[in-house]
Amino acid sequence: MTISLPLHMQRWRKFKNVFMIGLCFLSAIVVIAPLFIIFGYTLSQGIGALNLDFFIHMPKPVGEPGGGMANAIVGTLIMVGLGAVFGLPIGIMAGIYLAEFGKNAFGFTVRFLSDVLSGIPSIVVGVVAYILVVMPMSHFSAFAGGVALAILMIPTITRTTEEMIRLVPHTLRESSLALGIPSWKTTLRIILPTATKGITTGILLALARAAGETAPLLFTALGNRFWSTSLNEPIASLTVFIYDYAKAPFDDWNRQAWAAAFVLIAMVFVVNLAFRFVTRSRYGTSHN
Amino acid sequence: MKIEPPVLVFPSPSKSRNRNIGDLVFKNLTLVFAIVVLSLVFVMAYEMYKGSSLSIEKFGWRFLWTSVWDPVKGDFGALPYVYGTIVSSLVALVIALPLSIGVSIFLSELAPRWLERPVSFMVELLAAIPSIVYGLWGMFVLVPVVRKFIGPFITRYLGFIPLFNGAPYGFGMLAAGIVLAIMILPIITSISRDVMMSIPNTQREAAFALGATKWETTKIILSNAKSGIAGATLLGLGRAIGETMAVTMVIGNMPQISAHLLDPAYSMASVLANEFSEATTQLYLSALIEIGLLLFAVRIILNAAARLIVWSVTSKFAQ
Repeated sequence: MTISLPLHMQRWRKFKNVFMIGLCFLSAIVVIAPLFIIFGYTLSQGIGALNLDFFIHMPKPVGEPGGGMANAIVGTLIMVGLGAVFGLPIGIMAGIYLAEFGKNAFGFTVRFLSDVLSGIPSIVVGVVAYILVVMPMSHFSAFAGGVALAILMIPTITRTTEEMIRLVPHTLRESSLALGIPSWKTTLRIILPTATKGITTGILLALARAAGETAPLLFTALGNRFWSTSLNEPIASLTVFIYDYAKAPFDDWNRQAWAAAFVLIAMVFVVNLAFRFVTRSRYGTSHN
Repeated sequence: MKIEPPVLVFPSPSKSRNRNIGDLVFKNLTLVFAIVVLSLVFVMAYEMYKGSSLSIEKFGWRFLWTSVWDPVKGDFGALPYVYGTIVSSLVALVIALPLSIGVSIFLSELAPRWLERPVSFMVELLAAIPSIVYGLWGMFVLVPVVRKFIGPFITRYLGFIPLFNGAPYGFGMLAAGIVLAIMILPIITSISRDVMMSIPNTQREAAFALGATKWETTKIILSNAKSGIAGATLLGLGRAIGETMAVTMVIGNMPQISAHLLDPAYSMASVLANEFSEATTQLYLSALIEIGLLLFAVRIILNAAARLIVWSVTSKFAQ
């Protein structure tokens, strides 16, 4: 015996099905579209202004065309490097703790707070770096910018390290322990080297993200139109340059802002692709 | 021939002293760094509370609902900034939420695997674009589009509702909302997708067996996933509230409270970005730090709530 609905209700169900599924497809297209629009626009605007001068020349004074962002590139590298010097040891060690000994309430708390830390707005991190570094030193400095970037990197590095260590098969650890190698040596000599590829790309991801940060640098590193590599002085960065050049009423400066944006986007794209490639096998399990 | 490793049990802790000391040192060393991560959050909260105490004492709760911002007279009220932050974030949510849910349904229920992976990657890539690039794009592309097309269009057809009205600059709440929507889409989408994917296939099979259509099955999945999606939404809202550069570059930076979406406005993060390095008096600085503290507190509450919800949902279906 079959029970069937009246024909018009069946049609209505079918129509609704097709309509809603269609909407879902449509929304996928609408969501992907901005990515292509932004990439495409940055490419078309940036590629024209991108030349060797951009990388090796200093910014020219207002009114003179040309010039580059050599000091900003160096400044970004210095601050990201400084952030890595502080952030990497803290992040990696905390990550090891979470992966190896973190199956308790304390581990849960650290994991949770590191997630919370990763959610703190970057401008707030800038405020804290201002209070902790700029106020005691009573001037803006590259050092303060580096501290801000370090705070921003730590949660990502902690989380990646933990996840990558977790991915190392248990059999490896057990074999090592069975051979009589102490647990700490197993972690350092067997587990970590096995997870190196994943951890490295995760770190690159964190560095790329830090290089793209603007808000925490506005009132820590401030920016600088001149050449400076001193940690004790205000220093230029690509992102703050983009901000200043975007607001400026000069076409040439606007073009250079696009060129810098293109450099940032290209970097982000390559690093993300690498991360994706390395972590491909464990796709879909990033949230537990 | 592959030899399966025998099932091994962890050897009982060795009697050797050296080994135990090594393990102990290593464990405590990593513990120290874990404590550093833990304490960072508390240090940040404490320092900001201390830094804003001047303003907290002087203005109290009045800080939140007065709209005078006068550095010269030393009178500070953050209402226009709070308003701008809340409204622009809500606009972003209204735009982003339906789209995100649509995409997560597409990714978890509809798309074949060869399509799902690249689309997921592209959505994640959207999250990786630096916010300054969104700002740049917003300023040079989106704002003119809002000024020339979207603005006139909605004032013409919906202008009788005060909400869809306002100054024809392009810079304003609507532009900020659109940029924010693009920026929070990835986080809402990826978490909603994960939650929906974690729902066991038996649910789908049962629905199909009862003759449900694809959409009716999806509705059942959605009703299972709704608290997870709520958590994802809170995370997205948190991201929108703290977003600085992109908003600063398109919102127009005018501290006013206007019911019109097209009018320029200001946000809490933007006022920090614009005024922090120029704060001349202690009280001024303290008021700005208080805004930072507010952002920090709201974001932590939203994030904590969201994480707890998402964790409880995904772990329920994990096994």
